[in-house]
Amino acid sequence: MARITYHGVGIKAISSCVPQEIVYNKDLGYLIPQEEIEKTINNIGIEQRRIAAPDVTASDLSFKAAKQLFADNSIEPESIDVLLFMSQTADYRIPATSCLLQHRLGLSRDTLCFDISLGCSGYLFALSAAFAYASMEGINRVLLLDGETFSKIVNRRDKVDWPLYGDAGTATLIEKGDYGDATFILNTDGSGEDTLKIFAGMRNPVTADSCVEREREDGNIRTDLEVFMDGMDVFNFAISKVPKSVKQLLKETERTVEDLDFLVFHQANRFMMDFFVKKLKISPDKVPYCIHKYGNTSSASVPLTISSELSGRLEGDNIVLMSGFGAGLSWGSAIMNMRDCSVSPVIEY
Amino acid sequence: MSIDQFIENFTELFDETDPDTINATTQFKDLEEWSSLLALSVIAMIDEEYDVEFRGEDIRSSNTVEDLFKIVQSRAE
Repeated sequence: MARITYHGVGIKAISSCVPQEIVYNKDLGYLIPQEEIEKTINNIGIEQRRIAAPDVTASDLSFKAAKQLFADNSIEPESIDVLLFMSQTADYRIPATSCLLQHRLGLSRDTLCFDISLGCSGYLFALSAAFAYASMEGINRVLLLDGETFSKIVNRRDKVDWPLYGDAGTATLIEKGDYGDATFILNTDGSGEDTLKIFAGMRNPVTADSCVEREREDGNIRTDLEVFMDGMDVFNFAISKVPKSVKQLLKETERTVEDLDFLVFHQANRFMMDFFVKKLKISPDKVPYCIHKYGNTSSASVPLTISSELSGRLEGDNIVLMSGFGAGLSWGSAIMNMRDCSVSPVIEY
Repeated sequence: MSIDQFIENFTELFDETDPDTINATTQFKDLEEWSSLLALSVIAMIDEEYDVEFRGEDIRSSNTVEDLFKIVQSRAE
């Protein structure tokens, strides 16, 4: 079992950037019968989402978030030792986007850079990698950029996926300091690979046919280059694994939900998060939501929620639990003291 | 585990459907209020009330309320 505790490493700062363009779910009349739209919005809790322009990528959004983080915290680019880019919507297939970002951000050529690819659970896994590097001798600061533009890989006539996803880029600065212990529990079950998938890849090579829009289950339209999700299976997976993961982490760190200042979930959909709140018997005031404004931004949703809802609210000691879950299947939770974390409010691209 | 209790739990998930119209033999996917989001409520209800993992395939392969109940019953044992 991947249960990891890091000592003396923590999150110094977080910032986020979303595209300017807003799309409203009330305008989905072409996809969902008019009389069902309001009910759908209430259930998933998503009124509007931010969609990146065709020439704006996840790395652009993350770059702007990183610049903001540097400016707000007087961080010299040369002080970054490791840059991780977590995304499934990278700029190119080759090279890794983290290399491009090293150059663009003016980081030293001594910077260790690589990309991490995971679905909605990605922030937790990438944060664990960042904590691991920051724990090592020779490394002081790690910059984790987590950005996604699912609008580019979801078909607008897919009524399961299109109402959910929004775009965002985020930056998290991890460094050595007086933060106490941070504990992560990370899990994987690859038997669920078909639950959330893009079929085209090296296993199913891309041909002209991959770009053809076809009618799929329940009248949804998509190409083989776009995301498929079995909503019911994802839901079943999440409700059976996430509350257990949170409870296990609390138990192993000898805490209860009462000890938490905040519990930040991956913003999958409102109905699911409300279910977690009920199941964990945690006070809803401790569970921040930004899904109504930004939708499900995949792995960027945890840091985006912190930027959107916890800016100025993390002064002093703050015990925060984060939990992410998604394609893989993959899920993980972390608990840490986000002592005096500097959170920049969300900016626009 | 009684089917009457299961039908009651199932019926409570609907807002607009007359509870008296739902019984063991009801073809639930034909109900006007049925939707993919309601299916999620069914999965959540089965997790909460019966501690049983219910998959999308279980919903797809079921036609009547009794079909759902039988799957829950078989897994709860």
